[in-house]
Amino acid sequence: MRPELRDLWVYLSTSPLLGLTLTLLAYQMAHALSVKLGGHPLANPVALAVALIVAVLTLTGTPYAAYFEGAQFVHFLLGPATVALAVPLYGQWPRLKRLFGASMLALAIGSITSVVSVWFIAQALGATGQTLLSLAPKSVTTPIAMGISEKIGGLPSLTAVLVILTGIIGAVMAPALLRAIGTRDHAAQGFAIGMSAHGIGTARAFRISETAGAFSALAMGLNGVVTSLVVPVITDWLS
Amino acid sequence: MLASITLLLVFQLFGEIFVQALGLPVPGPVMGMLFLFIALVIRGHAPVPLRETASNLLQHLSLLFVPAGAGVMIHAGLLAREWLPTLVALVASTAITLLVTALVMRLGAREQ
Repeated sequence: MRPELRDLWVYLSTSPLLGLTLTLLAYQMAHALSVKLGGHPLANPVALAVALIVAVLTLTGTPYAAYFEGAQFVHFLLGPATVALAVPLYGQWPRLKRLFGASMLALAIGSITSVVSVWFIAQALGATGQTLLSLAPKSVTTPIAMGISEKIGGLPSLTAVLVILTGIIGAVMAPALLRAIGTRDHAAQGFAIGMSAHGIGTARAFRISETAGAFSALAMGLNGVVTSLVVPVITDWLS
Repeated sequence: MLASITLLLVFQLFGEIFVQALGLPVPGPVMGMLFLFIALVIRGHAPVPLRETASNLLQHLSLLFVPAGAGVMIHAGLLAREWLPTLVALVASTAITLLVTALVMRLGAREQ
């Protein structure tokens, strides 16, 4: 590398500009590719963008922490976006009142199912202590899951990755699975997606319909609360 | 739009303060969502600028998960060692949770 070029790289790599720009560029390329593939569930924009970013960071020898300096501005928007979910949710208020009983039942059973099933399957296949603890809160939204993981002795940053993987897996599988069991009601579809695949699932559910998205957001929010109460009890009892 | 963004941040802040003050295990933004939802129910309608801002922000919800997702590179070692149990558990458990929740929701809706 020529000295001027290296100076430029050193300067740029210390500013948040690169990380932020890389995030937006990678996402838009991933999004365009996903649209080109007809929105096929396998072409998940989060997975594609992450793969692209990890490739660029690895090739340029950039540590994740340096990248996150810039990417944190995008990451921060998760907070206000979570609050904003109240708006589509309010749009479903009449429907929500009608389905209140069913939602509460699905919430309780779904939350326990998620924690217990991931624990037993991973343990049966030989996963060890810290991986198990980091897996337990996998179905809830990233910030809640990280908090739970820390509380029970898992690795919060590993949990963040497992949560995002779960979201991608859920978003990819949901349409086919729901079709297979013949669940056509958008409220039930959305609720199941939000329970199993949190925010990434919710982003997918909004592509099905406004109703599916709102119910997914509802399930995600409620599941966050219930799972943070359920996980410490269940993991304490299982381990 | 500026007013709506401020409103979202104010609700997030309320959520954070509430959670910290009571030592709840729930994140502030989720509590903020609950507060905003209650406020909208009491008010009886959602103002148009707020609806537009929320819809703009949520249109690219997937983007917001990308920075945390790229964190996969720090855990490459641990994931490489236990990738099989981890992946199988994630896929199977996510499918089971999705199916169980959808079926309970359908049964419950039929009962009502």
